[in-house]
Amino acid sequence: MAKFGFYFDASACSGCKTCQIACQDKNDLPVGIRFRRIYEICGATWRQDDQNTWVPEIAAYNISVACNHCEDAPCVKACPTQAMYKDDNGIVAVDPKKCIGCRYCEWACPYGAPQYNKKLGIMQKCDLCRDYLADGKVPVCLSSCPMRALDFGPLDELQKRYGNQTTLYPLPDGDLVGAGWVIKSHPAETKAKELSARIINPEEVKNG
Amino acid sequence: MARQNRRDFIRNSVVAGGIALSAPVWIEKAFGIEAGMAVASHIPRDGWVNLGCPAHNCGGRCLLKVLVRDGVITRIETDSREKDTAADPQLRACLRGRSYRKRQYHPDRLQYPLLRTGRRGEGQFKRISWDEAYDLMASKMLEIKEQYGNEAFHVPYGTGSYSHLNGRWPAARLINLFGGSLDYYNSYSWAAISKATPTVYGTGVCGNQRQDWLNSKYILMWGWNPAEMRDGTNSEYFLKLARQNGARVVCIDPRMTLSAVALADEWIPIRPGTDTAMMSAMAYIMIREGLVDREFIQTHCIGFDKTQMPKGLENEESYTDYILGNRDGIPKTPVWAAKITGVPAATITRIAREFGTIKPAMLYQGYGMQRRAYGEQPVRGGCVLASITGNIGIPGGWASGIALQPGGGPFWSIFPTGINPVKAKIPVFLWTEAILRGPELTEKEGLIGVDKLSTGLKFIWAVASNILINQHSNTNRTAEILRNEDLVKFIVVQDQFLTSSAMFADLVLPACTHFETWGLEDGWKYGEEVFVMPQIVEPYGESQSDFAICAGLAKKLGLAEAFTEQLDERGWTKRLWDEFRQLRFPELPDFEEFLKSNQGVYTVPVEHPEISFADFRRDPEKHPLKTPSGKIEIFSEQLFRMDQPVEIPPIPKYIQEWESPFGPEADSYPLQAIGPHYMSRVHSTHDNIDWLQSAFPQRLFINSVDAQTRGIEDGDEVTAFNHRGQIHLPCRVTPRIMPGVVSIPQGSWSHFGKDGLDEQKNVNTLVSERWTPLAFGNAQHTIMVEVKKR
Repeated sequence: MAKFGFYFDASACSGCKTCQIACQDKNDLPVGIRFRRIYEICGATWRQDDQNTWVPEIAAYNISVACNHCEDAPCVKACPTQAMYKDDNGIVAVDPKKCIGCRYCEWACPYGAPQYNKKLGIMQKCDLCRDYLADGKVPVCLSSCPMRALDFGPLDELQKRYGNQTTLYPLPDGDLVGAGWVIKSHPAETKAKELSARIINPEEVKNG
Repeated sequence: MARQNRRDFIRNSVVAGGIALSAPVWIEKAFGIEAGMAVASHIPRDGWVNLGCPAHNCGGRCLLKVLVRDGVITRIETDSREKDTAADPQLRACLRGRSYRKRQYHPDRLQYPLLRTGRRGEGQFKRISWDEAYDLMASKMLEIKEQYGNEAFHVPYGTGSYSHLNGRWPAARLINLFGGSLDYYNSYSWAAISKATPTVYGTGVCGNQRQDWLNSKYILMWGWNPAEMRDGTNSEYFLKLARQNGARVVCIDPRMTLSAVALADEWIPIRPGTDTAMMSAMAYIMIREGLVDREFIQTHCIGFDKTQMPKGLENEESYTDYILGNRDGIPKTPVWAAKITGVPAATITRIAREFGTIKPAMLYQGYGMQRRAYGEQPVRGGCVLASITGNIGIPGGWASGIALQPGGGPFWSIFPTGINPVKAKIPVFLWTEAILRGPELTEKEGLIGVDKLSTGLKFIWAVASNILINQHSNTNRTAEILRNEDLVKFIVVQDQFLTSSAMFADLVLPACTHFETWGLEDGWKYGEEVFVMPQIVEPYGESQSDFAICAGLAKKLGLAEAFTEQLDERGWTKRLWDEFRQLRFPELPDFEEFLKSNQGVYTVPVEHPEISFADFRRDPEKHPLKTPSGKIEIFSEQLFRMDQPVEIPPIPKYIQEWESPFGPEADSYPLQAIGPHYMSRVHSTHDNIDWLQSAFPQRLFINSVDAQTRGIEDGDEVTAFNHRGQIHLPCRVTPRIMPGVVSIPQGSWSHFGKDGLDEQKNVNTLVSERWTPLAFGNAQHTIMVEVKKR
């Protein structure tokens, strides 16, 4: 029983969304359901000077998030029917037979991972492509990235290779929920905090 | 039979470690596919097939791994070769390739030949048979040939299908056998850059193989955005590797692009169309501060200063004269440039010092800046900056300009289109002028091969081309020209969808996708590989390959044998594959064996990247350039002799554009609009794909400063307009674009309302049809507009 996780390198992510589409293709997802989402973070002020030039104070980067299969998964706790569960490999998954589509898990999750499928009336989410894992393959998003900004593996190995960072502004503290991923920050993160950067593409990540 | 297929599939899947899947409901619904449909014997077994991604005019050429089940594509993955090295990287497809099932099984795909019933452009059609379609097309061709001759025919530029066998090439071959057609030269992508680069270097082959980027220490990403337009599969990844090797990357661009975010250490916003002003000011600093490579200039260049002007032109203005303002009294200082470019003088000075001192350095220019009013100038300007800093012919350097890779290839197409008996050629962008006033065109409009044309264009056969309406400038004007049936007598559009160009056809021919026929592709601009594209599923409806359509027509015209040479698509693919062995890859395996191997792509690792001009660098006397002087021509005598110093100066100069924030047009239309490539499309291809639309919706991007003064909020529906038309679309208010500039991604399909005017989201509705002075190229990003809340 291994605990698997993702590594995400924000400094290399261009926000091209190939991972999102690869996931939609693999899982046959309709528009509006994204097991992996790309949040565009941006903060800026623009200043004009006497030469009629424009100078930005700007910070921008992307965060590609699927599900972090948290140790202390709030979605599992929030689920009133035990439809949301953790399997033997620590993968958080939905049992479609038990799910009643109340969406409590969606509200509980700090990452927007559980996605409501209107047509089916149930929640769906990233299961780390566990069918692929069983076959010795990696999750489809990982191998799609043109920038090689994603990695995957047993969490302890990822931590050895990449460190223990689980939080990236403006996401909540990953340690609070035992988020099972490792992140590398974009160099603009500090400036983003100073500029109170926010998610500027809400309609591109909204479930529905 | 069907049951056996399925069992085989599952067995194969288990061996291959794949998963058995059923076709998704949306595919079955759209295509009326019944589970277990029999497949033709020549189509591969169920299972995973490796093949080239359908070839459109993106900058990438990638490997797809496609899961076929019972004759239906059920999943698309990408290159998973075990090794992923800089010398031989995985060729990973982008979101467009990954979403291809949505295009393949789109409910709007054309199934049958269509004949126009309403007025041209209204979009009223009825279904006809292939036999009727061929009869009609052949009779119209013969009739128009009889009345006007072959100069009346045109197979326009079109890059919607770009494999070696599919797209416009077979049509060009057939029309050549038929007596020829008015040909074109140049492209909508690279008009100014392909014309201007050789004026400096005598060639466009002036790039290095990309593995060499890892040797660079400083990279100016000037209007270059490989993460969005790709510009070669893996170009963005090579930049990541270059940075890991210690290169500093600075992005100069009106937009903070995806590339600026992921690949650059710094973003410098610049006003569109003013790049040559910043380049000139950088040269000013480098000259003043002694940061130019004097020795290299002395031995390898001409025209830098008065000591090295061409013979007899000693008194003409040299580059240094222009930069220092010796003749015009305007030193091109950073303060001068700041007012024009919007980049602070201190920033220009700093970047000049960085570029002048960090070695080796690359100035990689994108192509957007040359699709502008005086697009030739920044091309020559970039080449000159690369030259005077001595970054030519060395590892880690870069000559700028079009930078085609050395070593021969990629080829784009080696399908033999034959010889065109019509000798006349027009610049690709001027086809509307050839319709309106063909016989009046002269060399002043770039006509070559003849002094005069005998006729205007009367027959247009657009294959895989949305140029007729969508991708040409000034959409409303173009539509008006095409609506006039006295001008062009017959229009055929051959495509997979009823595109906005197809709406203006008299006859629409349904072409199948690349998955439904055979083909080959090699790299787009870079790369050492060739892909095979076997047919993996049956054509949709009655659609046929471009080759088969042409073969069918050839039969009606009595040209069948000459056209096909008795080969089908597979036979031609094999022949072209074998030619690749002769032309480029001597070790290329046998075609049949390669197919059996299911590798999809043959690659040659690049361990020692080739550097353009290395010989010239070493010994300029022994290895002169192909320029008239044999040297790098900072001053071009050829351009001087054209005697149009204001618009075609012999040295690169900043010229205010004909639509500019500094001109009177800015009173009414104060915002500069640019139409960049967009992630959700390749030009206009993929515009109708819902996954892509939801990932990157068509929008107008506007800076918060400009939005605020117009009372516009994020997500509002806005109208962008000028005297040519208006378009309506939602907006994104973002700090990631310079104030004074709006971005309206190009390629969104036009749709004409009751008043006959384009009312959709196509930026080309707002664009002038005026062409650039030297290359006769499209200046489609030079646009002034106003934006208001709708």
